Amino acid sequence: MAVAVTLRNRELVALMTVGVLTAIGFATVYIALKSQISNGSLGYAVFFFGLYLVAHVVARRTVPLADPYLLPMAALLTAIGVTEIYRLGPSNAFRQGLWVVIGVAVFSATLLSLHRDYRVLERYKYVFGVTALGLIFLPRLPVIGETINGSRLWIHVGSLQIQPGELGKIALIVFLAAYLREKREVLAQGRLKDWGPLLVIWGGAMLLLFVTNDLGSALLYYGIFLAMLYVATARLSFVAAALGLFLVGSFAISRVTPHVRERIDIWLNPYPHAESSGYQILQSLYSMAHGGFGGTGLGRGIVTGPTGQQIVPDQNSDFIYSALAQELGLVGAAALLLLYMAFVVRGFQIALAATDGFSKLLAAGLSFSFAFQAFVIVGGITRVIPLTGITLPFVSYGGSSVVANFLLVAGLMLISNRANRELTET
Amino acid sequence: MNKQLRHLSVFVLVLLAVLIGATTYWQTWAKADLAARKDNSVSLIERLTIDRGKILAADGTVLAENRKSRKHGLTIYTRHYPQNDLASQVLGYATDAGTTTGLEQSLDDYLTGANTNLSNTLKDELNRLGGKTVHGDDVHLTLRPDIQRLALDQLGGRCGAVVVLDTHTGAVVAMASTPTYNENLIAHHYPQIAKITGTCGDASALVNNATAGLYPPGSTFKMVTAAAALDSGAYTPSSRFNDPGYCTEYGKRVSNAGNPDQNGPEAFGNVSLAEGFEHSINSVFCNVGMHIGGLKILDYAKRFGFYSVPPLETPPDESAASGLYKYGKHGRSLSTPTSNSEVDSGRLAFGQANMLATPLQMAMVGATIANKGVVPKPYLVQKVVAADGSTVTKTQPQTLGQAIKPETAAELNQMMQLVVQGGTAAGIFPSSLKVAGKTGTAELGLGNVYDAWFVAFAPADNPRYAVAVVVEKQPNGFGASVSAPIAKAILEKLLAR
Repeated sequence: MAVAVTLRNRELVALMTVGVLTAIGFATVYIALKSQISNGSLGYAVFFFGLYLVAHVVARRTVPLADPYLLPMAALLTAIGVTEIYRLGPSNAFRQGLWVVIGVAVFSATLLSLHRDYRVLERYKYVFGVTALGLIFLPRLPVIGETINGSRLWIHVGSLQIQPGELGKIALIVFLAAYLREKREVLAQGRLKDWGPLLVIWGGAMLLLFVTNDLGSALLYYGIFLAMLYVATARLSFVAAALGLFLVGSFAISRVTPHVRERIDIWLNPYPHAESSGYQILQSLYSMAHGGFGGTGLGRGIVTGPTGQQIVPDQNSDFIYSALAQELGLVGAAALLLLYMAFVVRGFQIALAATDGFSKLLAAGLSFSFAFQAFVIVGGITRVIPLTGITLPFVSYGGSSVVANFLLVAGLMLISNRANRELTET
Repeated sequence: MNKQLRHLSVFVLVLLAVLIGATTYWQTWAKADLAARKDNSVSLIERLTIDRGKILAADGTVLAENRKSRKHGLTIYTRHYPQNDLASQVLGYATDAGTTTGLEQSLDDYLTGANTNLSNTLKDELNRLGGKTVHGDDVHLTLRPDIQRLALDQLGGRCGAVVVLDTHTGAVVAMASTPTYNENLIAHHYPQIAKITGTCGDASALVNNATAGLYPPGSTFKMVTAAAALDSGAYTPSSRFNDPGYCTEYGKRVSNAGNPDQNGPEAFGNVSLAEGFEHSINSVFCNVGMHIGGLKILDYAKRFGFYSVPPLETPPDESAASGLYKYGKHGRSLSTPTSNSEVDSGRLAFGQANMLATPLQMAMVGATIANKGVVPKPYLVQKVVAADGSTVTKTQPQTLGQAIKPETAAELNQMMQLVVQGGTAAGIFPSSLKVAGKTGTAELGLGNVYDAWFVAFAPADNPRYAVAVVVEKQPNGFGASVSAPIAKAILEKLLAR
């Protein structure tokens, strides 16, 4: 039990550090925007710390042996996000704060309900599979589905905008972990009839690309599938073949779908489209470049014009990276990416430490998806890959994303707790 | 599965590392290129947060300054022009939308504090990091607002331009262009301002007529022809001519009768070159031109600065080169003949035959004769001063070379004094104001409507200022009756005790 206490105390100290950083960050923005210091910034940090303290206490009770750095890293990322969201538009920061509260509640509920043995999930794999499909394709439905920036990824329920794909992603990972754990030997033999399910998933991804017009999310789901397939089968040739299929398929679709084709054209050369479809990516690049090495300082960047309109539309959600890169500079942007790298390293260590196939695959899938999603959006913003509108995990404005990522962290902590428990018992 | 997990984790870390690389590229390597792009909204807005330097007249009068406002967390500096329409075409404008013209465009780097020097650049970068406002450099001009205002008033509602140069230094004392406009209205009334055509009907308030307006110089060009005739040694001021009222070129008569600039009888008979100049007799200059050849005249014109854009600090595309023009499909363009047969030498000699000149160029001709044959390099910027009071740059007067011998210049000076004393501009200047000048009344092929010119300098025996005046499309308006009085008012004010 001494190990557990040490781990959780480490978590607490790390969370307290994050709390101090949050207070400093928020005060900086407040001073830059209003030229005055207020207790509000301190109150905000205290509230934020209190929220994570709740999560910490739940973790202490339910998963005492879990990795102590995941929660503080999640806290730091959400703090960076909410601070920048506040800087871009204070009213959104309040709503994002509410979503963090809901996220922490979901996190706690998950730990409380699954800490005895989360592996029961394996039994319901097809439920997860169907749920994933349903959530991912939900935005395509008429009436509730909504097209934003040419991509159909949202649904609206009342005044709420939800990206069900974010939750679908978690369900998909659970399904794939269970499915691949069961079929990995068969799949590794590579008999033709066992390729069926894989072709189905490929077809699904292509269909998704076709109906949502969104290369990025198709790439994200398919990437998760390929990564987990590789972990399960160790057959790089599978992965190469599947990747080839994806490229051929998406190229074909890009020829018949104007929106996808346009996205690719803009990726290759945005400058001729500066006044139209390339406006967002270009202004985002300019915004990022303006920050230079040291950045303008939090709250001191140029994000709105003299009339108050945002220079980069959606800067607080999909494009938050370019706002952060401007205000924190290359130093801050690199630090942010290093934070994602650190998160991935902890995640994969959990996968390595896990003793059963399902846990390994689940931890690998969750960690990979977290990092890969960051890659897809930041890669799009930095023109490494075609741009797509998805959120930067924990940082971007968006409720579904925050909740899904809390689920993800809860999953990793559950797996970590179990792995460490088995380690200490033997 | 552990081997695959390790591979996968390395793969993911590499992906994220690529993002650090890409971000580094955009924020360091590509930064300057992106910042310079025209469609960069961030750069445009950043410009507004710079406390752009003031533009001041020679006496310290503020011509351009900023108004500070705070909007949406940004401190914005918006340009304001306290003198409204005083030197609109010279100053140009800098709008919130990032458009610049005139000195606001060509001196932008100074005004935004962008290219001062290394230590300042470093200081600016530190200020930026500290969230401090960047202050641009102040620009001090050579323009005198009182003379500038007088020139505008004298031009009145007519289209035209006035240029006043310091004959020793080349400093531009006044540069007025009409029609003009209130610069403070440019942001919200650009379309209306762009539609201003003036009373002449084809001018533009946005064009600097003094540097970009190309007018047939008419008889004022006789200064250049006379300079070529005397300096080449072909003639002296006392060389004799017979004026039957016309000269014969290409087997046809070129009659004096069509010359509105000439005074006295239509046929003078036996006259000297000096008298021909004094009374602006076309037949005399027609014969001079045919004798020495058009190429010789053009060669001397080039020495005065024709055929090149005068090196003023305003944007080069807001100035035009003077010279012979030809008209083609794509509008007019400079024509550079290579043999005398390509030039109508007789008519060129008195400033017609597609010869076009800017008021600035003609002022430079006057200033050169006043300055003993040395062409002073015109300049508008006296000095640039950084926000901390240190001088960034200070203009040292320069010359553009010796156009004619000092003796030739002295002879021309004498001839130009005759014009004012008993010639085409007689009776306009008081005897207390010793002026040397030349009238010009350029035919436009529009009947009795002329471009009226006057080029002069004073005091004639110790010149300080040269003036060129052009007033466009004057019905029965001559150089002597329309433009010489404007020059008189300006020279009187300049030389008043």
